[in-house]
Amino acid sequence: MVVTGALPSTETVWTWLADVPDPEIPVLSLVDLGVIRDVVWHGDTLAVTLTPTYSGCPATGVIQFEVEQALRRHGIDRLELKRQLSPPWTTDWITPRGRAALKAYGIAPPGSTACPRCGSKTITEISRFGSTPCKAQYRCGDCLEPFDLFKCH
Amino acid sequence: MDAPPHANRTHSNDALFAYTLRLGDNCLVLAQRLSAWVGHAPALEEDIAVANVALDMVGQAQLWLALAADLEGQGRNADDLAYGRDAGAFRNLLLVEQPNGDYAKTLMRQFLFDAWHHPMLVALAASSETRIAEIAAKAAKEAAYHLTRSRDLVVSLGDGTGESHDRMQAALATLWPYTGEMVLADPVDEALAVTGAAPDLATLAAIWSDAVGATLTEATLVRPADGYAQRGGKQGVHSEHLGYMLAEMQFVQRAYPGGTW
Repeated sequence: MVVTGALPSTETVWTWLADVPDPEIPVLSLVDLGVIRDVVWHGDTLAVTLTPTYSGCPATGVIQFEVEQALRRHGIDRLELKRQLSPPWTTDWITPRGRAALKAYGIAPPGSTACPRCGSKTITEISRFGSTPCKAQYRCGDCLEPFDLFKCH
Repeated sequence: MDAPPHANRTHSNDALFAYTLRLGDNCLVLAQRLSAWVGHAPALEEDIAVANVALDMVGQAQLWLALAADLEGQGRNADDLAYGRDAGAFRNLLLVEQPNGDYAKTLMRQFLFDAWHHPMLVALAASSETRIAEIAAKAAKEAAYHLTRSRDLVVSLGDGTGESHDRMQAALATLWPYTGEMVLADPVDEALAVTGAAPDLATLAAIWSDAVGATLTEATLVRPADGYAQRGGKQGVHSEHLGYMLAEMQFVQRAYPGGTW
């Protein structure tokens, strides 16, 4: 049961969502990925607006599920999840913290021209597509390691 | 006297339904074709690429067909449209239902389609119909990436070995008669162009022709002469290939209607 006077603030809800990992790249939270577009109370119903990354990304359904699970764990009973296509998601919405987390994890952040391992600028595209729709495969010419590069989108 | 606000609604929704069905069916049929390569593509990178392009197109098909179902207002959803219609009710271009053939034919089909699909989506992102504009703006970003890849591969293989060149040229000759339909307007296209919901296909024709021409030149491929344009896909008159493809794609839902897992 939720008492109207005790509704958590939207700022608090954002901090909860910042703890929900992306299902495919778990070092990124959904907030860092930029897919949470809005959090607002309508009376005692919490409305969370999500935007998909790629149209066909299989993680989209899982993301909705994870958001719902996380908010229910925090006692949110009345929840409305909305999908918003416009403006379309862009990698510009990945937060600076998210970019740093990607690099530390071994994924070159969008727009990067350096190997995430050794920092070499001698990198070559191996494949325009990688293990998920949002990444391409590259190889470093110096440390010779292959790595994922998050595509600018 | 002012017309009532919904005076043209029925007619307009019919045209919008027909139009969004075309956009969705193009994506769905091409995605299904591409999916047949998964596990069989000539190189691992291509296997991943073809799967990812197919995935984008399934996603786009879901968005378009959900909108089409909503416009139709008969209680059907995107899955009903994908799995419950026979070939005669599909409205995709003949080009996308053409069999995969060898990898040259698959890549050439992709390039000829991408070179139309991307500028089409860019134009549709400015549609007067908001729901079309929103889906198109999202899909255009994906289609841009598809076009970059398919264009590069057409150039690499056209201007590659003698064998790859000949295969790309043969694929081009086979597929060329199916390209005219993309830019030939019918009454549905015209009805939507008048209201600004869809672009004028004559404008698209010029963009497509210039882009394809430049790429073929770079690929050292000879552009075929424009002859008779095969058409009918947008009206539901398909080549025999579509029925076989749908038989496979729809089998589970036909055998076990409404089945889920």
